[in-house]
Amino acid sequence: MKQVILETAGLTKSFDKGNAVLNKIDFSIHQGEVVVIVGPSGCGKSTFLRCLNLLEEADSGEILLEGKLINQEKKNVHKYREQIGMVFQSYELFPHKNVIDNVCLAPLLVQKRNKDEVKEEALKLLKRVGLLEKAESYPRQLSGGQKQRVAIVRALMMHPKVLLLDEITAALDPEMVREVLQVVLELAKEGMTMVIVTHEMEFARAVADRVIFLDRGEILEEEKPEEFFTCPRTERAKKFLNTFHYE
Amino acid sequence: MQDMGIQVLFEGINFQRLLAGLMVSLNLALISMAFSIVLGIVLGMIMTVKNRLVRLICRIYLETVRIMPQLVLLFLVYFGAAKHFGVDISGEMAAVIVFTFWGTAEMGDLVRSALISIPKHQYESGYSLGMTKLQVYIRIILPQTFRRLLPSGVNLLTRMIKTTSLVVLIGVVEVVKVGKQIIDASRYENPKAALWIYGAIFFLYFAICFPISRLSAVLERRLKT
Ligand SMILES: Nc1ncnc2c1ncn2[C@@H]1O[C@H](COP(=O)(O)OP(=O)(O)OP(=O)(O)O)[C@@H](O)[C@H]1O
Ligand SMILES: [Mg+2]
Repeated sequence: MKQVILETAGLTKSFDKGNAVLNKIDFSIHQGEVVVIVGPSGCGKSTFLRCLNLLEEADSGEILLEGKLINQEKKNVHKYREQIGMVFQSYELFPHKNVIDNVCLAPLLVQKRNKDEVKEEALKLLKRVGLLEKAESYPRQLSGGQKQRVAIVRALMMHPKVLLLDEITAALDPEMVREVLQVVLELAKEGMTMVIVTHEMEFARAVADRVIFLDRGEILEEEKPEEFFTCPRTERAKKFLNTFHYE
Repeated sequence: MQDMGIQVLFEGINFQRLLAGLMVSLNLALISMAFSIVLGIVLGMIMTVKNRLVRLICRIYLETVRIMPQLVLLFLVYFGAAKHFGVDISGEMAAVIVFTFWGTAEMGDLVRSALISIPKHQYESGYSLGMTKLQVYIRIILPQTFRRLLPSGVNLLTRMIKTTSLVVLIGVVEVVKVGKQIIDASRYENPKAALWIYGAIFFLYFAICFPISRLSAVLERRLKT
């Protein structure tokens, strides 16, 4: 069995005394695995990813990165985040920096890596996602799809142990969705460990090793994509999947 | 021609004296502005904290400064300090203190509103790259804040340059004071001196402030993100 990269035990989170947005989530992901989380809007998918990346503080429960408890001490939060990459739904490149500076900033500043080496890697990755000629462009000169590809490169530059993707195509025009998802599919093939939240069911089916169905802050189903998409076990999952079909 | 009175500007070293007076004003404004920028950034950052008491105190400071005429503040510091605390401060010193006190409040408010206009995602993408709070502030938030601050910051600078003319009232010899001295000296031989001198001062202020605001417009366009 491959090594467990990221793991949660009894992860619980609620906002302002309300109902639990996440209710005792037990989750784990292995080296090289791609887990896709689906579920209705507001079920806690984003909150879950944000907890994994310590952007939200869980009320209780444990988060372990390669077996090490990471959500207890506040002081080293940035050290752990460095190892967990995340790309958000909204384009969030740094608008005052061009593409190459966007992707090189953290490796230079946080990891204090060698400048030439970082730049070389950046250009290599930009080339892979088809954006080499945009290296000197500013975010405002890019399309949504291009921005998201840069955001993926920026996260990859840190050599994260796991990559969290939160509906990275949800804000894109339909014709740009594919170019971004293509990049993610290639990463999956190369063995990148990823937790992906998406509403693109075709893509989920193609990329996932395992699908998690989250509803009202609880994991209702967890299985192989073929099984989940062809014969979901719970009524709620059936209902959810039906919302993607048009008669 | 004799009666035009314009020659008052060129008699002796009159014009140099006016320029020197202008430098005094500019110096006061620039020094105060430099302090205001540094302290204003700190204040602006403090004003965005969650703690309500801290925010309230900042608010009170800001409103007080805004309500009080700068002249009153000047008198308060210059005469008040001397009288009650026995500290003998120069007019220049008092001016820098007052303009910094005022500029910091204004700058702080500008920084605050620029800071809160930056989307939360900018912070979060920095954090998720493993950057510390300080690194995010310095490398991501402040550079974007500066761009947003530029127009209003320059506006504050020009206001400060203009407001320095008040220091004449606490005995600092700056451009208006020099002008007055020249006018007084030539009262009899040149009764129209006042018009020319104040006209020249008007022009000098314009010559300083106009390029500054043009520059900011150009920079703003250039830096537009
Ligand atoms: N900062 C917050 N403060 C208060 N409530 C929040 C906050 N963030 C999220 N919530 C609430 O938590 C619940 C889960 O939100 P979350 O964003 O995780 O859902 P989601 O599954 O990602 O939904 P979507 O598919 O629409 O993105 C929602 O009911 C939301 O209103
Ligand atoms: Mg979400």
